[in-house]
Amino acid sequence: MKDILTVSSSPHLRHTDTTRGIMSDVVIALSPAAVYGCILFGWRAAAVLAVCIAFAVLSEFVWEKALKKPVTVGDMSAVVTGLLLGMNLPSTIPLWQAAIGSIAAIIVVKQMFGGIGCNFANPAIAARIILLVSFPASMTKFAEPISDAVTSATPLAAENGTYTLKELFFGMHSGSIGETSAFLLLVGGVYLILRRVISPVIPACFIGTVALLSLISGENLAVSVFGGGLMIGAVFMATDYTTSPVTTLGKAVFAVGCGLITFIIRKFGALPEGVSYSILLMNILVPHINRFTLAKPFGFVKPVKEDAKNA
Amino acid sequence: MKNNKYSGYFTNGIVKENPVLRLVLGTCPTLAVTTAAINGIGMGLSATLVLVCSNLVISLLRNVIPDKVRIPAFITIIAGFVSVVQMLVKAFLPSIDKALGIYLPLIVVNCIILARAEMFASKNSVLPSVLDGLGMGVGFTAVLTLMGAIRELLGAGTIFSLPVTANFISPMIIFLLPPGGFFVFGMLVAASNAIAKKNGKKAVMHLGCESCPSKEICGKAECVKEEEAGVNE
Repeated sequence: MKDILTVSSSPHLRHTDTTRGIMSDVVIALSPAAVYGCILFGWRAAAVLAVCIAFAVLSEFVWEKALKKPVTVGDMSAVVTGLLLGMNLPSTIPLWQAAIGSIAAIIVVKQMFGGIGCNFANPAIAARIILLVSFPASMTKFAEPISDAVTSATPLAAENGTYTLKELFFGMHSGSIGETSAFLLLVGGVYLILRRVISPVIPACFIGTVALLSLISGENLAVSVFGGGLMIGAVFMATDYTTSPVTTLGKAVFAVGCGLITFIIRKFGALPEGVSYSILLMNILVPHINRFTLAKPFGFVKPVKEDAKNA
Repeated sequence: MKNNKYSGYFTNGIVKENPVLRLVLGTCPTLAVTTAAINGIGMGLSATLVLVCSNLVISLLRNVIPDKVRIPAFITIIAGFVSVVQMLVKAFLPSIDKALGIYLPLIVVNCIILARAEMFASKNSVLPSVLDGLGMGVGFTAVLTLMGAIRELLGAGTIFSLPVTANFISPMIIFLLPPGGFFVFGMLVAASNAIAKKNGKKAVMHLGCESCPSKEICGKAECVKEEEAGVNE
């Protein structure tokens, strides 16, 4: 009798998803674009990615060891942070600066706020901005694809008509290591959606808002959508669980906000690119979005007005 | 014995009740001007001068100033000394004046100075008040200079404009900008909390009277109540 009658508190059903599994899926989804970036920009790009991943994992390990916390390196989240950060850096960045970025992402943005699940902003985004503000010269020096030439202009800053739609979509242009090929990033995004790791709401609303606003204001649509960091930002960074809203409505509000801020920065700001700032700003608003877009509990009845007044 | 007591008034503001790290007062100038070590010293010394003088005068007048209008009276006295300091700095150290900008005249509303006037000088005799002002000022200056040095080293690669790492590493400009200021400030408060904890003191965690190191001398009724409630628990 004792064996059959197990009394335990909820939850009684558990999903088989693990952090490690989800993070591995994200790595798989990112890898085509990462490999393509390495082909496009050469061994230097591979070195940047390797340094970013190594220092992200290492700093997580050292921090948790030093504070005598359980070591969570095995959940792959530091690998994802390092890989995402590396893919958001130009291939010409000095390696020690890339390392500082990884350390800042893991220690300052993630661990100081309590580790995985407790960070207020996406660590890779925040670290990219820290690097952008700290080392503006090396963060805006991009390599030309398959050559040693260096340019300061991504398609966003280049003259209209420099690139064809095909070049933009498949990624034959300068930019950060992992942001160039919209096609491969979309392939990764579709993989994540099919695996149900991310919901399509955030990428669709984010990209849709930017596309719509660009169309209305007469910007070059292909350049706005495929030319910068929008794809990698919308698919991989804005969809981070910890820093995006819970409900579908909340996700839509969050993503439209991201798109709006991206467009405003690109069109009216002094910077050519605004994706990372827009995601960071909306990350900070996520708790408030969550509060205003709470899911209605099943069977919920709106309280009568008088009761509400008395309460 | 008597010496000990007076040195206590002086060291109080440097360690135990450091205005920036333990009382968390004067945060605005702390964050705003510490982009270089020399600015920290300039701001700190200007505020120290005002603190000592205003504590001296307020302590002398503490039995004359009516309680109901004490704040305007304090501010008037403080503003007088700030004007003096501002003119002196403008005349003799124009580069510091330029670096400190609006924050020099804003010493008038620096909460450290008003807090010491309200909590200490208006209740104590002249010599302790002057020593208290001096100690608080030295504590303020020390933290501002340290913070300025850290931010200057990381953000520009120099300390007191002397190149340290500037020639071989590109500095992280973010440390000269507001986020870097908040970051260094947070790290310093965390470090001072860690040291305080090691010595068995409470960390600065939450605002309100309970966490205030000056609650014994502040004498507000609610503080006493809170303290009693804490004891009862």
